[in-house]
Amino acid sequence: MTTEHTLEVETLTVGYADRVVIDSLDLLLPPGRITAIVGANACGKSTLLRSMSRLLAPRGGHVLLDGREVHRMPAKELARTLGLLPQSPIAPEGITVADLVGRGRNPHQRILSRWNADDDKAVAAALDATHTASLADRSVDELSGGQRQRVWIAMALAQQTDVLLLDEPTTFLDVSHQIEVLDLLTDLNRNRGTTIVMVLHDLNLAARYADHLIALADGGLHAAGDPAEVLTEDCVRAVFGLDSTVIIDPVSGKPLMLPIGRHHVREPGPTVG
Amino acid sequence: MSTTTLEAVTRGRVRRGRRRRAVLGGLTVAVVAIFAVSLMVGQTFYTPDEVFRVLLGETVPGASFTVGELRLPRAVLALITGLCFGIGGVTFQTMLRNPLASPDIIGISSAAGAAAAFAIIVLNLGEAGVSAFAIVAALGVAVLIYLLSFKDGVAGTRLVLIGIGIAAMLNSATSYVLDQAGQWDLQAATRWLNGSLNGSTWDEAVPVLVALAVFGPILLVQARNLTMLQLGDDTAAALGTRLERTRLISIVAAVGLIAFATSATGPIAFVAFLAGPIAARMVGPGGSLLLPSAVVGSLLVLLADFIGQFAFDTRFPVGVVTGVLGAPYLIFLLVRTNRAGGSL
Repeated sequence: MTTEHTLEVETLTVGYADRVVIDSLDLLLPPGRITAIVGANACGKSTLLRSMSRLLAPRGGHVLLDGREVHRMPAKELARTLGLLPQSPIAPEGITVADLVGRGRNPHQRILSRWNADDDKAVAAALDATHTASLADRSVDELSGGQRQRVWIAMALAQQTDVLLLDEPTTFLDVSHQIEVLDLLTDLNRNRGTTIVMVLHDLNLAARYADHLIALADGGLHAAGDPAEVLTEDCVRAVFGLDSTVIIDPVSGKPLMLPIGRHHVREPGPTVG
Repeated sequence: MSTTTLEAVTRGRVRRGRRRRAVLGGLTVAVVAIFAVSLMVGQTFYTPDEVFRVLLGETVPGASFTVGELRLPRAVLALITGLCFGIGGVTFQTMLRNPLASPDIIGISSAAGAAAAFAIIVLNLGEAGVSAFAIVAALGVAVLIYLLSFKDGVAGTRLVLIGIGIAAMLNSATSYVLDQAGQWDLQAATRWLNGSLNGSTWDEAVPVLVALAVFGPILLVQARNLTMLQLGDDTAAALGTRLERTRLISIVAAVGLIAFATSATGPIAFVAFLAGPIAARMVGPGGSLLLPSAVVGSLLVLLADFIGQFAFDTRFPVGVVTGVLGAPYLIFLLVRTNRAGGSL
């Protein structure tokens, strides 16, 4: 079981060159839960995630992990508590699955220290958890998109952090692999208590899998809370500029958003509820 | 976690480690062998016994001069410049995630070569001055290439193309300086154009040895950070790697190695470029390539110099031989890049 960590964002302002992407944002990421961040393209979702894992320095405000500013923590110490799987990680040519997952052990190793039994155990556990043990000696280049994504998650698991941030972990995956990855993250959250924060494109999957939903609009917070309260027709209109109808998902009992475009809408008009 | 998975993971790691050690051991044996042969073979053949006695400091008629004063400095210089080129080259290739981003392709070796030629011919500087001049020029050009290719981060392709352009400019500068040299003899000219070990002396070997002793360990200690950079900046940073620090240390140390080696022998073509990919094929993916590449670099220089001296009727400078070996691989990489739609 993991220890609980609080991750907070205080009046955070982040930007690139002459553009402010996030403007004095306040957030509290609930410990031990799954949080999904949604929002329109270029609204600052990835920027927020990169800034929380200190890949981007803030222009103003703080990111606090257990009350300590992440941008001032030693790199490896932070990486033992907080992990991030970026959107497009690069696999070195020809590397085997086991070696790639082993790279996740970096924050636990000192300069020149030898690989030890704990490292092997962590790698094996990560492979088992992601059902990639049978791929251990294969080259990452040969894997399918779904397998590869599971291997990247295995690398993040080998890092053994109590908080895991993921930037669109389901992109480029077909629907069955999307569900597989989200189920895997849910297992991780339930079995180990890992705090998970992920950026997701798919609103409905976000509402289904997240305990806490954060909707960003124009670099600021639009709404945050239980998905049933956050994912409303008004919210979809405000965040995406899209008309929709939101019903109860018959499978999960969570909200399900059905978009309303200019075509393929039944006359005499959309019915709500 | 199941015990079978743990066993499989341990077994795989042990197997890859064993392969790495076997390859490193084999390469080292090969380097020692070719080093020994190059001390024995020449216009006069000396037996291993005679060579050994010279190495121990005994006076052996004939051998003491030929082996001790001519062949030994040459072989030592080949050995250590090979180590420098190999380790410096693979550092750049790993850091920039691109096999084309080797210092001899992107103009850093050219900068050291041009500066060294200028320092000797125009400024009449001594060994230390030449080395200092070469390293300052090489660092300056490295920074220049980096700045010129910086636009929302450094893209590999842009850096390589800019580097190739800079290399061409610097090579023409070297040609111009050599042209001004007047009585400068042909052998020295080939040194600054192709790289050569002809007329190697202990005076040339000492600065390279010092550079190797200083920068080599710095890079080897950084080896793991460097392999983390292969995962992309974001992933490497998320795994606790300090990007800017790793890059700064790597650039300074790798440029130092390349510049000192180049100021002693001239830019021996393609050794820095070839050593990393050859080492990668041999040890397999996953681990750090610094040490294997260093040994491969050494083997390449020793072997190429041996071939250049004895395989043909005419003696060729070492750089001509490595150039002939390296060019096909460069063409292969460029063709493959082109097929992949221009993304490196």
